Amino acid sequence: MTQSLGNSDLGPTGLRGVAADFSSDQRAFKTASWGKAMMWIFLLSDTFVFGCFLIAYMTARMSTPVAWPNPSEVFALHIGGQDVPLILIAIMTFVLISSSGTMAMAVNFGYRRERGRTAALMLATALLGATFVGMQAFEWTKLISEGVLPWENPWGAPQFGSTFFMITGFHGTHVTIGVIFLLIVARKVWRGDFDVARRGFFTSRKGQYESVEIMGLYWHFVDLVWVFIFAFFYLW
Amino acid sequence: MSETTSHMQTPTQAHSAQHPIRLYLLVWGLLFVLSAFSYMVDYLGVQGLARWLLIIVFMMLKAGLIVAVFMHMAWERLALVYAILLPPAAVLIFTALMISEANYTILTRLAFFNTAP
Repeated sequence: MTQSLGNSDLGPTGLRGVAADFSSDQRAFKTASWGKAMMWIFLLSDTFVFGCFLIAYMTARMSTPVAWPNPSEVFALHIGGQDVPLILIAIMTFVLISSSGTMAMAVNFGYRRERGRTAALMLATALLGATFVGMQAFEWTKLISEGVLPWENPWGAPQFGSTFFMITGFHGTHVTIGVIFLLIVARKVWRGDFDVARRGFFTSRKGQYESVEIMGLYWHFVDLVWVFIFAFFYLW
Repeated sequence: MSETTSHMQTPTQAHSAQHPIRLYLLVWGLLFVLSAFSYMVDYLGVQGLARWLLIIVFMMLKAGLIVAVFMHMAWERLALVYAILLPPAAVLIFTALMISEANYTILTRLAFFNTAP
């Protein structure tokens, strides 16, 4: 077990614990395996990537004298004889949050070694993720047919299109990659790789159910980024 | 198998996600409600300072729930928490820099190009 450290070995807690952990030689993250720590550090770098996109969007929107298109109207759908503002985006938000919920439960069942339920919940997560990407493709198609391009749009500042395609495109790519990896890990869970510690195809390391949690970290991060995009791009 | 099960439930494993499913369902529900609230901000057409305030508050609550519970940050040691959650503060400083830069740009554009309608 990678997490065989007893509580007594962990030393002090609180700020004193932070200082002790970082100055302890060997491993600083006492309770996180290398895999989990590396995923967190990757997600931190990804935070900066998306942070830079959102800052670029803010700068473009603040510095243009041309009026910014009103997202509430741009992303409205015509349903039942009236325009419902942002309805597709709201549904996409609920779909992504639901996928986060099923992922969190998959991690939980993984640690309980119920591989049937774990794999099923991961498949549900992948399905919801694919649904999200599908709805995004619909949204892109609709906007492009209405004349939104990276350099122009019918309603105002031309930067609207470039920031929109850049930010949602990068996020959609993350979701797509997540769906692919979910399917790969779900297959491993289903086959029982983590019960018999079968060696993986790339690193030849023995798999553990922690892989499900690490996969979950990535997936929750994708949801987390969408929270910020939803707030800053669609609602602001 | 029974040996494994008992090992999984020892206190040393407390950080590795042995929480009741109820907790996840509760957070899931809260995220739904918060998302509905932030959608209502747009649907009801709240404007001005109240709009920004509500958007930011709901956003931060959602982000906090996802990171703390779904990503298990609440059960990690502080060394990891600080290593991951403090660096993004640099993004806030970058934001402040670019706000000042954007103000300067729009001022220059209005003063010299006069493209304002």
